[in-house]
Amino acid sequence: MAISTTAPHLTGEAHYLTELEQDARRERRQLFALCTPGLLLTMLLLFLPIGWLFWFSFIDADGNPTFEHYSRIWTEGAYVQIFIITFQISILVTAICVLLGYPVAYCLSQLPPKWSGLLLIGILLPFWTSLLVRTYAWLVLLQRRGIVNDTLIDLGIVQQPLPLVHNMTGTIIGMVHIMIPFLVLPLYASMKSIDGTYLRAAANLGASPTRAFWEIYLPLSLPGLVAGLVLTFILCLGFYITPAVLGGGRVQMIAQRIEASVHLYPTWGPASALGVVLLLLTTLILLASHWLLGRWRRRLG
Amino acid sequence: METSGSRSTAGRALPVVIRNIVKHYGAVRALDDVSLTVGQGEFVTLLGPSGSGKTTLLMTIAGFARPTAGSIVVGDTEVVRLPPHKRDIGMVFQNYALFPHMTVGENVAYPLRLRNKPKAETAERVEQVLDLVQLAGYGGRRVDQLSGGQRQRIALARAIVFEPRILLMDEPLSALDKQLRERMQIEIRRLHDRLGMTTIAVTHDQREALTMSDRVAVLHQGRLTQFDTPRRLYERPTNRFVAEFIGESSFLPVSIENGIARYGDTVLSLAEAPSGTAAQLLLLRPEKLLFLNGQAPGRATAVNRLQGTVTETVFQGESVLLTVRLQGGHEIHTRLPNRQLDSAAVPEIGAPIELGLAAEDALLVPGDR
Ligand SMILES: Nc1ncnc2c1ncn2[C@@H]1O[C@H](COP(=O)(O)OP(=O)(O)OP(=O)(O)O)[C@@H](O)[C@H]1O
Ligand SMILES: [Mg+2]
Repeated sequence: MAISTTAPHLTGEAHYLTELEQDARRERRQLFALCTPGLLLTMLLLFLPIGWLFWFSFIDADGNPTFEHYSRIWTEGAYVQIFIITFQISILVTAICVLLGYPVAYCLSQLPPKWSGLLLIGILLPFWTSLLVRTYAWLVLLQRRGIVNDTLIDLGIVQQPLPLVHNMTGTIIGMVHIMIPFLVLPLYASMKSIDGTYLRAAANLGASPTRAFWEIYLPLSLPGLVAGLVLTFILCLGFYITPAVLGGGRVQMIAQRIEASVHLYPTWGPASALGVVLLLLTTLILLASHWLLGRWRRRLG
Repeated sequence: METSGSRSTAGRALPVVIRNIVKHYGAVRALDDVSLTVGQGEFVTLLGPSGSGKTTLLMTIAGFARPTAGSIVVGDTEVVRLPPHKRDIGMVFQNYALFPHMTVGENVAYPLRLRNKPKAETAERVEQVLDLVQLAGYGGRRVDQLSGGQRQRIALARAIVFEPRILLMDEPLSALDKQLRERMQIEIRRLHDRLGMTTIAVTHDQREALTMSDRVAVLHQGRLTQFDTPRRLYERPTNRFVAEFIGESSFLPVSIENGIARYGDTVLSLAEAPSGTAAQLLLLRPEKLLFLNGQAPGRATAVNRLQGTVTETVFQGESVLLTVRLQGGHEIHTRLPNRQLDSAAVPEIGAPIELGLAAEDALLVPGDR
């Protein structure tokens, strides 16, 4: 095979090359054609509903175009309050997940495969039961005369049952439980790929285990941490069931407000507008984190 | 160009005394009673086949593996119980382990940062060391913007910048191609001579070991089989394993009676009188064999004559490798240097041939491995 890139000026070979290139292009087209049905279906399922959402959010009860659904969100204090609460809860839950999840992921990544596999199943186990069941289980555990309060009173640690549920506390406990795998899994994957010789090298150069962790291990695990953190945070923003059940109506997040709007108003407009705002905020956060991660990755090479 | 950056660290170089180190991994004896003394400022290479315990020995010195028994004394400090970060031993890792989130300069400065050196001094020292490994001005680069050879140098720079008491290298050149490897061998040796740092390197490349080291420690199945200068290791191996592992070799069984060594019926003249009565092996290095073919050897000293027939000839560039079946039935190898190809035709297969081995090159090694 006389494939030459050094002498493209020879007409024969140049012709030969273009033929090869055409062949490669044809092959690429054929491969692409293979995935078009899936692609089309995804587009249909993804963009049609979102398009609808956008469309309804600009339509009033009489079918005329309007901005009133959006202006209501900005002007009515209640909505702004809900957005603030949603962000507060999401930030808090994500932070707790990081504090609990980082050591867990670290342990997992350091254990021999036999044990880490077992523990990983433990982390994934909750996924095998429905979200609703898990949330109600927390209700049983945390309520006034639930196991947790009974135990605390029996042990004499508290006199009165603690208000653990139907409030912010319950919501956050439940959400952390649901969210923690979403943080641990990407983090674990990225920690698993950190070569142990980096820590050895750090120790060899004179770094105590603590310094080696902060200056070498943490920076190297950062991409996984940010990925898990963003995933958790975004899932929190749109969370519905757990806050609804464990918040006992006293904790209102956006998703609940959207549901309420669907019942409250005769048209889809107000709920759609809320959905669009949530979608845009989420996209914005995703883009920002993507940009940040990209910069960090480029540093890591 | 003697700058202050190349000042000798000989004042800090310390001897290492390794005594009776044993390391078990379950039933595996990775190290089996290894004792080794590395002199101040000496360059020692640990050489051995895969799985012979080289890395394990280096790891016990660096502190990453705790030996099952034994002691390691650096200078006059027992270090076996010290954690690695308190040992003050520089190490070049096999994959270099340069931190990917730091620039080249930050990597080299890291050990100084850990020692709380002032910023100005750190910067100055980093520049000096980068200059020493001939990568001045590369401080701002990212690690992934370096070639393999450059990474190797940076890893070396990072390991010597804090003037450690000992420098360890685990197969420092194995990731490089042959030409670069050979250049770096010489460069590392030069750097060592300049800095005078006690150095222990690991390799399974015998040529690399012979090129770089003052002395070579040959490991085999976790045991130290010989610890000697490259020259003596090659010329005077003390056992069959070393003779086989370093250089090319063929062996002939030799019987010993009344202080006389015989191969078959031939009485051999040897470099040293044989001792004991146990059967031994005569070591033949291909390049030490003379082509006699009936002529007198033209030497003053005694020459052992071996008759046989050529069974195979392979042209290998710098020489022709001949396989010769001796009259005793043993096959040995010899080399006809390229420069002799003009005067002497390559013997045909089946042709009779007479080889000579000078008495001073005739060496016996114990028969068992
Ligand atoms: N962590 C470990 N667990 C169990 N066995 C080990 C471990 N590390 C090394 N060994 C065993 O100890 C022996 C020596 O290993 P070592 O890594 O020191 O060999 P080496 O001489 O460096 O070989 P190579 O040239 O292949 O790197 C081998 O038999 C190896 O299987
Ligand atoms: Mg090794």
